[in-house]
Amino acid sequence: MSADSQATAQAAAEAVTITLGSTIPLQAYLAVAALLFCTGVWGLINSRNAVRVLMSIELMLNAVNLNLMAFSDFLDGQLIRGQVFAIFVITVAAAEAAVGLAILLSLYRNRETVDMERFNLLRW
Amino acid sequence: MTIASTIQQLCFLTLSAVVVLGALGVVLLPNIVYSAFLLGGVFLGMAGLYLLLNASFVAAAQILVYVGAVNVLILFAIMLVNKKENLAAIPGLLLRRLLSGGVCAGLFVLLLRVAFTTHWALPGPLPVGEEATIRIGEHLFSDYLLPFELASVLLLMAMIGAIVLARRDVYSSDVITGEPVDQGLIEKTRTPLLINPSGSAGAANAPSLLETTP
Repeated sequence: MSADSQATAQAAAEAVTITLGSTIPLQAYLAVAALLFCTGVWGLINSRNAVRVLMSIELMLNAVNLNLMAFSDFLDGQLIRGQVFAIFVITVAAAEAAVGLAILLSLYRNRETVDMERFNLLRW
Repeated sequence: MTIASTIQQLCFLTLSAVVVLGALGVVLLPNIVYSAFLLGGVFLGMAGLYLLLNASFVAAAQILVYVGAVNVLILFAIMLVNKKENLAAIPGLLLRRLLSGGVCAGLFVLLLRVAFTTHWALPGPLPVGEEATIRIGEHLFSDYLLPFELASVLLLMAMIGAIVLARRDVYSSDVITGEPVDQGLIEKTRTPLLINPSGSAGAANAPSLLETTP
C-alpha cells in the first residue's frame, strides 16, 4: 500500500520533472548567450581601457559557457559533458585573467597608460 | 530544478535581464569601477542561469572562481592602474563604433538564425538533475583525467607566468660594497623602459635608491 503510493508519487514527480524541463526553450538560452557574446565582441573592439578589454573577454567566455550548459542540459542530460567542458573553460578563463592582468600591469609600468590606442609598438 | 513553470520563467526572465543589462553596462559605462562591479553582477546572474539548467556544481564553481577570484583580480588591477588620463581623441571614433556595432548586430542575427532554424534533437535524454555533481566527478576521474591533470599544470604555469610578468625587474647592488643584494626586497622607481630608451633603464639608477646595507 505505502510502497504503491510511494511509487505513484515518484512517477508523478518524474512526470513533473519532464514537463518542467521544457518550460523554457533551448533557443531562449541560446539567444541570451548570443546577445552576451555580441556585447562582448563590441566591447572588445571598442574599449580604450585595457582592463575593459579583459572584462569583455570574460563576457564572451561566459556566453560560451551558457551555450555549453544549455546544450548539456537539453541534449545531453545523462552524460553531462557540457558541464565538464564548462569547468575546463572556467579554469582556462581564470588562468587567462591572471596572465592578462599581469601583462596589463607590465604594460602600464612601461608605458604609463592603459589606453589601447597607444599600445602600438608593433604597428607597421 | 523542480519548481513551478511560472516561477521558472520569471527567474529566467529576471536573470536574463540582469545578465544582458549588466553586460551592456560593463561595455558602455564610462567609469570602469562601476563596470567591474556590474561584471560581478553578470557573473552572479550567470550562476543563477546555471542553477536553472540543473548545474549546481558549476554554479558554485562560477561564483567561487569568477566572483571570488577573477572579479577581485580585476578590481585590484583597476586600483593599481587607476590614473586619471585624458584619452586623446581619435578621428572617426563614432563611425568606428557604429560600424563595429553593425558587425556585432549582424553576428547576433546570424547566431539567432542558427539557433532558431537548426532542428535540435529535442527532447533529449532526461536530465540527471541533482546527480550532476556525481557525474562530473566520474567524468573528471575517468575519461577526462588527462585534461584534468593538464588543467592543474596550466594553472601552475599561469601562476608562475603572472608572477614573472608582474614583478619588477630590479638589478641593484649594495651602495658600499658593490655586491648584488637580495633583489626581492627592493622597491624601484618606475622606469619607463620604452618611452625613453636613451635614458637609464633599471640597473643604472637602482643603487641610489638603496638604503645602506651592511
